[in-house]
Amino acid sequence: MINPKTIDYPEWAGFLGNDWKYSVNVRDFIQTNYQPYDGNEDFLEGPTEATDKLWGRLQELQKEERAKGGVLDMDTDVVSSLTSHGPGYIDESMKELEQVVGLQTDKPLKRAFMPYGGIAMAEKSLKMYGYEPSEKMHEIFTKYHKTHNQGVFDIYTPEMKLARHNKILTGLPDTYGRGRIVGDYRRVALYGIDALIAYKENDFAATNRHGMRRYDFQLREEITDQINALKGMKEMAAIYGYDISRPAKNAKEAFQWLYFGYLAAIKTQNGAAMSVGRVSTFLDIYIQRDLESGTLTEKEAQELVDHIVMKFRMVKFARPDSYNQLFSGDPVWATLEVAGKGLDGRHMVTKTDYRFLQTLINMGPSPEPNLTVLYSSALPENFRKFASKISIETSSVQYENDDVMRVEWGDDYSICCCVSATETGKELQFFGARANLAKCLLYAINGGVDEKTGQQVGPEYKAITSEYLDFDEVTKRFDDMLDWLAHLYVGTLNMIHYMHDKYYYEAAQMALIDSHVRRSFATGIAGFSHCVDSLSAIKYAKVKPIRNEKGIAVDFEIEGDFPRYGNDDDRADKIAVELLNDFMHKLRHIHTYRDSKATTSILTITSNVVYGKATGSLPDGRKAGEPLSPGANPSYGAEQNGLLASLNSVAKLPYEQALDGISNTQTINPEALGNTADERVENLVNVLDGYFDQGAHHLNVNVFGKEKLIDAMEHPEKEEYANFTIRVSGYAVKFIDLTREQQLDVISRTCHAAM
Amino acid sequence: MSEMNVKGYVHSLESFGSADGPGVRYVIFLSGCHMRCQYCHNPDTWKVGAGKEYTPDELLKTALKYRAYWKKDGGITVSGGEPLLQIDFLIELFRRAKQQRVHTVIDTSGNPFTRKEPFFGKWKELMKYTDLVLLDIKHIDDVKHRELTGQTNENILDMARALNEIGKPVWIRHVLVPERTDDDESLGRLSDFLAQMDNIERIDVLPYHTLGTFKWKELGVPYQLEGISPPGAERVENAKQILRCGK
Repeated sequence: MINPKTIDYPEWAGFLGNDWKYSVNVRDFIQTNYQPYDGNEDFLEGPTEATDKLWGRLQELQKEERAKGGVLDMDTDVVSSLTSHGPGYIDESMKELEQVVGLQTDKPLKRAFMPYGGIAMAEKSLKMYGYEPSEKMHEIFTKYHKTHNQGVFDIYTPEMKLARHNKILTGLPDTYGRGRIVGDYRRVALYGIDALIAYKENDFAATNRHGMRRYDFQLREEITDQINALKGMKEMAAIYGYDISRPAKNAKEAFQWLYFGYLAAIKTQNGAAMSVGRVSTFLDIYIQRDLESGTLTEKEAQELVDHIVMKFRMVKFARPDSYNQLFSGDPVWATLEVAGKGLDGRHMVTKTDYRFLQTLINMGPSPEPNLTVLYSSALPENFRKFASKISIETSSVQYENDDVMRVEWGDDYSICCCVSATETGKELQFFGARANLAKCLLYAINGGVDEKTGQQVGPEYKAITSEYLDFDEVTKRFDDMLDWLAHLYVGTLNMIHYMHDKYYYEAAQMALIDSHVRRSFATGIAGFSHCVDSLSAIKYAKVKPIRNEKGIAVDFEIEGDFPRYGNDDDRADKIAVELLNDFMHKLRHIHTYRDSKATTSILTITSNVVYGKATGSLPDGRKAGEPLSPGANPSYGAEQNGLLASLNSVAKLPYEQALDGISNTQTINPEALGNTADERVENLVNVLDGYFDQGAHHLNVNVFGKEKLIDAMEHPEKEEYANFTIRVSGYAVKFIDLTREQQLDVISRTCHAAM
Repeated sequence: MSEMNVKGYVHSLESFGSADGPGVRYVIFLSGCHMRCQYCHNPDTWKVGAGKEYTPDELLKTALKYRAYWKKDGGITVSGGEPLLQIDFLIELFRRAKQQRVHTVIDTSGNPFTRKEPFFGKWKELMKYTDLVLLDIKHIDDVKHRELTGQTNENILDMARALNEIGKPVWIRHVLVPERTDDDESLGRLSDFLAQMDNIERIDVLPYHTLGTFKWKELGVPYQLEGISPPGAERVENAKQILRCGK
């Protein structure tokens, strides 16, 4: 057996430092060995012939997939596990071209059968695409093995079910995998599986303390599951002819080993977000070592990056239509970060950070992996310009403010979903979907009665009966209703995560995270801007509810003007900041599962369309059923003073009150960004610098005009739109994969164009 | 009128302008213009004395909220309407802006320009605080200029000369309208006129567009370019060649 205290692998030759050798400490390895790169993009290489061939074949497969209604092939009676499938390749006849191998199943884009989150969801997915669910599987997962979904519904209270049904709590991870747990996949490459097992066995032994009780038993069981998962990873790699028991000895192996770690996660979990993490600086160290020893060329290095990215572009899960409506466009959130700064003040841009962005040129735009630049105005100008240029050309990059995140999460965090950070290998997050605060405001006005269903969902507090809404009265009632909602919401999530740990534990990801892990409890807010504008309307204009025969306010008449969030007007923006602070304050005072740290987010993805359908008319003038604005974006049509005024409003929201993320999506007409290509790049850099220097958290940038969107909607068959990617709050999606309704929604959002 | 109390009438504000001067610009559209250009895309700014009132301090304070985005090139641009109609306000605004080291640009048609007092003295004062002038020359031929805009171009061309005399950096902007300004002879004459100047940093050809026509309908003013389409790419290129853009 390996003694972690004495190991020193020959595979580590040439690497500096010691701390990382005597404990699992990838961050130390990176900080001791990486080389910041200040130069420009001139060194980059185009695609190799192998890349072109494989990517060409994959595009054909994606086309077939779309022609078949969104799914190419599905498993019906093999439960996905680390070793459930034989080896799979993009194309059997070209398998020697693949520098990085491994698929979720035995065929490309074939979706695995993953029933542990909930058998009903898995079967629904099959039926939707014309596959017959297996009777045997149905029997096993209803009679002999409980699923996460079953567990949760066994213990939900009637109040929780009602809140869920009325969609004031919505998108809850109670029928599918919660996701958002990023294993430190780099550990597989740096240490090899055997050392990782040895560390886990030490941890296991250390839990044997006097007077053990249920939490100790739980931890011992979890570590045992993790060790088994590590052993399973070795077997999984062996299926592809690799032995990953030892560290990777060169760049090619490092890419492959790291990918196997990630593959283990996506073979065993179908979480809402399955992120890759912060891998570029780490991989650069291996590439650099090989380049220096002359065993690798730049062309080969780029090929490795292109090929691993191709794999991330292939990740697919079987999901029913209702799920796609919620999350739109079949996303996986294989989020992958580049850049950022270290705690010692050095920036962390390496040549491999350029190489990852270059994949968008070599293989065209793509929603996955969700490429994220950890931004700071202190990053080298060359890199900021290069990222802007790629953004303008592909709309496939999002930006997050490293200067605010580094303070909270250090310099080795990963984005675990669309925009949320967790410290890599040290921390996990309990994903909590969101509470619809706009609806909560209506409950406050209507005494807890749902404006759509007429059901008494919230507590039967006194409804507001005055002819015009009084600001003080509304805020008092809203505060009470928000208290109720916060408690119910956290209580519901506590049950969900208890059952997920019990029936769908993420053994593979957790095997690559420290045994004594920190946990955050990520709640979320939907309907943010509408709630803010509604309160502003009630405060600064006169708002008259239109009540139906049961006395429920189903519409509102607004007399006079009022300031709206999104115009850099402190009157409205202050309401926004207070709403966030109040909600977060309430959450902090409620017990959370496993003593996790409560956080919240304002990042509703594109589920704003679905949430909007379930939400009645609001006092800000938004009509019943219309989409809510996404994330922390100002409401549609609210912005009167252009892009930067809108950005300034969002930048005022304090990140430390919404540590799970504040997402903002902006679409900019190319012409509005500048006259020449150089001016556009310069101006986008200026926008990013100015926005993030004010402490804003996140920005998605789409650069294209309305005409192009409309054309893509009308002519999805055109070749040029096959990979046409747009960014929506927190992630990117292929435009043609959106429903027509979502496409119209995207089009109607502010296209910032100066006339 | 006390200088401290002079008010500006603002039509609208745009926090992200990137086409009206260098870098990222805060664009202030002032109300009021005497020109009646047939292709005007902002006829809603014609009315003098309309819009929201601002003191110079209030407006500068609002603009400075965007300083973080300006970096080395950006700043404020005053457009309109015709900004020189509110020259007293402009002087006060720009004087304060320069005290804060903000880059200042005026986007003007030159129509209010005259060498007569009191205007000329004020104009010279304003130029002290102005870093760059975007001068829109609508037509080089006075007769055609009158047809196109309802006003003479004599004082406008004279302003171009006056700017040259004081060595003020200028970007010339010329809207290319088929059947109105897009003929080689006129373009050639404009080019010759500009060749006499040595303060011109840049010449932009702005292809006529129809995005503002709905505003004419809203205002109930008949649109005189009905049926004229934006110029084709080759005509734009031709104009750029003749005007030696990017020389």
